Amino acid sequence: MLNASLSEISAALATKAISSAELTRLFLDRIRALNHALNAFITVDEERSLAEARAADARRAAGSAAALTGIPVAHKDIFCTRGMLTTCGSRMLANYVSPYDAHVVERFARAGAVLLGKCNMDEFAMGSSNETSHFGPARNPWDRRLVPGGSSGGSAAAVAARMTPAATGTDTGGSIRQPAALCGVSGLKPTYGLVSRYGMVAFASSLDQGGPLAKSAADLALLLEVMAGFDARDSTSVERAPEDYRRDLDRPLAGLRVGLPKEYFGDGLEPGVRRAVGEAVRELERQGAITLEVSLPNTGLAVPVYYVLAPAEASSNLSRFDGVRYGHRAAQYDDLLDMYCRTRAEGFGAEVKRRILIGTYVLSHGYYDAYYVQAQKLRRLIAQDFAAAFARCDVIAGPTSPSTAFALGAKSDDPVQMYLNDIFTIPAPLAGLPGLSIPCGFDDKGLPVGLQLMGDYFSEARLLNVAHRYQQATDWHARVPKDAPL
Amino acid sequence: MSLSHDQVQRLALLARIAVGPGETDAVLAQLNRVLELIEQMQKVDTRGVEPMAHALDLRQRVREDSVTERDQHALFQSVAPAVERGLYLVPKVIE
Repeated sequence: MLNASLSEISAALATKAISSAELTRLFLDRIRALNHALNAFITVDEERSLAEARAADARRAAGSAAALTGIPVAHKDIFCTRGMLTTCGSRMLANYVSPYDAHVVERFARAGAVLLGKCNMDEFAMGSSNETSHFGPARNPWDRRLVPGGSSGGSAAAVAARMTPAATGTDTGGSIRQPAALCGVSGLKPTYGLVSRYGMVAFASSLDQGGPLAKSAADLALLLEVMAGFDARDSTSVERAPEDYRRDLDRPLAGLRVGLPKEYFGDGLEPGVRRAVGEAVRELERQGAITLEVSLPNTGLAVPVYYVLAPAEASSNLSRFDGVRYGHRAAQYDDLLDMYCRTRAEGFGAEVKRRILIGTYVLSHGYYDAYYVQAQKLRRLIAQDFAAAFARCDVIAGPTSPSTAFALGAKSDDPVQMYLNDIFTIPAPLAGLPGLSIPCGFDDKGLPVGLQLMGDYFSEARLLNVAHRYQQATDWHARVPKDAPL
Repeated sequence: MSLSHDQVQRLALLARIAVGPGETDAVLAQLNRVLELIEQMQKVDTRGVEPMAHALDLRQRVREDSVTERDQHALFQSVAPAVERGLYLVPKVIE
């Protein structure tokens, strides 16, 4: 059951082969056995999970089972959960218990899911290695000396180590896809606006988007059906009819036009990544897909653009943490200004402070046009690159990350080195496009490589179709990490 | 473009984040690294390009001007650092 797909688990629950209480106990025991080494969870509340599981069993016995009734799911600790800590990986919110549930949390509860716990993450989702978490880094189940990626590193590590069948994450510049790649799991960043941001702690509001991480594309499709949908409480939530994301999973790939952006296959790609992604593209060709070279000429500017826009939005969003209404407040201060300054100096970690200061700078008088407006103009050029490419192809394929998982501490002294590693995941959110990452092999060190697929707006069903067909022909996604054997 | 110590202290004040004298050098060095990175944007001529604030063309939704929330101030204030008689407490602002 630890290694089963969501539909297998659902079938086992429906036939009474296992109860939700038994299933939940199984995953809680797995978390208990592995979490001291992997640090994938910040909060686990066994009694609450088991109570939810028993309630799910009762609902099922009464004949009212929904899509995920009795299936355990973990949430990234950025989603507000009523009655359970929501820390966002920060000292600022280390003791914060939200008075309300995020929309995504409500949706999972309504679908019958059992909440297993809250997953570790980079502080306020700012990071690509999970090392900026106030609670210490989560570790990679393929090699515990390595990072799981970030910012949804705890979610990816937990799914990879089979501590949960599925988890939620958020993606602003790659925070679902990059950890999914580094941990050898599947992760989807939906089109901007598809999943409500209500109750999701804000980082960069024009980019932030919630999405699922799981063991397979088929599982992602089911999870997206639960997560997606209009919510009036998020002003950027898109009003569109609900979709069946599983409808096209088995559609043959014959005639599918796959664009390969030449900028994604240049220097700086690790040989193991190049080889595995190349093999994956050949598998798509074997199934009848037609590959063609496309160009996204402004790819090299995506990282600088992102590090203007995201910090600018963050500096505004994080101004709410002032030590007055919730969160940390400094113990000693002279006056109101001193209280703000000390509270924020103590409550935020180094990376978060760095980004707030950068954001403050690029928005300040005299620099606004040179940085912020210039970045917004380049953002449009990046979006136009994609529009031109999608006139010629149905999906874009390439590496999710230029490298496989790296050692803890390897990049933490040089923020810019860390930022540049996200070059392939940053463009899609700037344009608002959907993207997913699926495992496509291993490098010489035995570490998983991620294949990224990007599509036009609201083409999630197509992306999931391609990913599912690929996973029907390969078994990379079914491999169990060697530092977390079953 | 690189920052000075004074500019870092000015930014820190604007951002309401205390940066101690012992930290300024390290913060300055890292901010300058990031500014070097974003400086790359300047090499592109973007005259005539419309700035893009948002991925989707969104319009503000309007709704009836009616009460949709119930009063939950006690619940919301239960997570506040300091509250008295329904009010958030802060250091004295007006003499």
